[in-house]
Amino acid sequence: MLVTILDIVIAGLLLGGLYAIIAMGLSLQYGVARVLNISHGEFIMLGAVSTWTLYTVLGINPLLSLVVCGPIAFVLGFILHRTLYKRLMVTSATAGIFEGNSMLASFGLLFIVQNLALIAWGSDIKGYSYLAFPVDLGGALFGANRLVTLGFALLIGISFYIFLTQTRTGKAIRAAAQDPSTAGLLGVNINFVLALCFGLGAALAASAGMLISMSYPVHTVMGMEYTVIAIIVVVLGGLGSIPGSFVGGLILGLIGSIVTYFDPGLALVAYYVIFTFLLLIKPTGLMGK
Amino acid sequence: MNKLPSISNNFQVRGIVLLIGLIILFTLPFYTPIYTSIFLSAIFMYIVLTSSWAMFSGPTGQISLATAAFFGVGIYIAATLGNKMPLPVLVLIGGLGSAGLALLVGSLTLRLKGVYFTIFTFGLLELMKFLLLWFEITFTGTRGRFVVVVDYKTVYFIMLVILVLTLLTSYLIRRSKYGLALQGIGEQEEAAEHIGINVTLLKVATFGISAFFMGATGAVMATRWTYVDPYIAFNMNYSFTPVLMAIFGGLGQFFGPILGAIIFAYLEEILITQFPYYYMLLFGIVMVVSVLYLPNGLAGLVQKWRSREAGGEHAHS
Repeated sequence: MLVTILDIVIAGLLLGGLYAIIAMGLSLQYGVARVLNISHGEFIMLGAVSTWTLYTVLGINPLLSLVVCGPIAFVLGFILHRTLYKRLMVTSATAGIFEGNSMLASFGLLFIVQNLALIAWGSDIKGYSYLAFPVDLGGALFGANRLVTLGFALLIGISFYIFLTQTRTGKAIRAAAQDPSTAGLLGVNINFVLALCFGLGAALAASAGMLISMSYPVHTVMGMEYTVIAIIVVVLGGLGSIPGSFVGGLILGLIGSIVTYFDPGLALVAYYVIFTFLLLIKPTGLMGK
Repeated sequence: MNKLPSISNNFQVRGIVLLIGLIILFTLPFYTPIYTSIFLSAIFMYIVLTSSWAMFSGPTGQISLATAAFFGVGIYIAATLGNKMPLPVLVLIGGLGSAGLALLVGSLTLRLKGVYFTIFTFGLLELMKFLLLWFEITFTGTRGRFVVVVDYKTVYFIMLVILVLTLLTSYLIRRSKYGLALQGIGEQEEAAEHIGINVTLLKVATFGISAFFMGATGAVMATRWTYVDPYIAFNMNYSFTPVLMAIFGGLGQFFGPILGAIIFAYLEEILITQFPYYYMLLFGIVMVVSVLYLPNGLAGLVQKWRSREAGGEHAHS
């Protein structure tokens, strides 16, 4: 019995760590840059298939590919915000209109990225084996790759937290999340900060993709399911709250693991039921303002 | 403004054109190839989905992504009851089922502001998909269902009737005081409430009416597929395509969503057959470009161009 509970909790944390990184990326893009980026999952997919390619073709260690994929995704996201979303910010009359328009633009982007990936990588399911040996944790067995995933997730999450609370740029990001125009008045280069957040969100997505590719099969249409989970976690943690997304991710992972224990088919249903009730009862989430 | 006396005349001409157009459409399957009717049925479907989406989301500005959910309810009603009832009854049940769901969901969630509502409607679609999938696998032991196939002419005529009813309803709502009230809600909800508009009732009712047409369309179009499963029926594209079509065509005008739906349905047909691997790419590019450069859609562009033609310095966009 105790082993079963331990089993469920650890599995939940392993899943939750992944959810946390995915959601933190979206939280930066939505909470600060106000772009509900539906194409978030596509950056995850790009990170995953790129890691797969680097490992199977060039033999590069998946964990090292982060050094390549992360910065590339960051630059892509930065440029995207500088061109596409900045223009939308200028042309949209109100913040509400900008949210609507930027969401639709990101949906267009989803199609573009997914189609390009489909042309480049095809539609078959890919996978590789890396660190796939079992580790004994108090009687329960877990793949080493999944433990590495959790370790990385915690590392990324904590370093992000330190970045946001301790550095000047982090402060500027938090100020922009609270009130972009006032932050701008106080001398924060708001366009730069927003683009930075968007780029960081994309980089987080790519690193999540790298971690996913180590434990799960990857394919070019996998993005949407992760986007949806990211949206749920972001709402659960509170829109705009990055620590909230981290905690929300772990909680959702635990819930998923518990429900999967009883009926695997109901895990996603449970997510949506929680999501629905949360939106109705407390739309600001666990740590929202 | 010397054209004023010709307005009633213009109106009559329009009426006659409309009547001739309807007669042609209603007799079309009798003298054109099968392909024409099937293709037109698909175009009708897109016009209905887009116009009924625009009926609610156009004036209120609340982007609903539940279109596919209501469409899917119609599909599943046709799939489960298909061999027990004639198609017109199914269509009615499909429409009412969707409208019922919309009224329930709407009364719970239309208080949610802006993007929360959008996220919720999107979640609703996914919730229904996975709930249904789980239900089918656990209780019926299958994943999908076979749909009773119906003659293409029947599909065409029922789609045409739904189309006419949708456009008529949309037109009448726009012209009525309810349309103006909805517009007011979109502009400034608090102000609308203060001048005595029952905001919640009006929004929920319009949401329900628009869902009726989506469900009815789902019930008819289900017969076009021989097999449906939750992934096919609750396909997200049916939520996003109408939004794209309406925005591309122009939300401000009655004809905007219709125009967008026709152009896109036609494009889809050509692209899918000619460039199946680039279809989504072009779709995405058009979506980004129209959000960026066509804020009022094609209809807005046409209007701008016309008022410039007429020498209007009031060329507002």
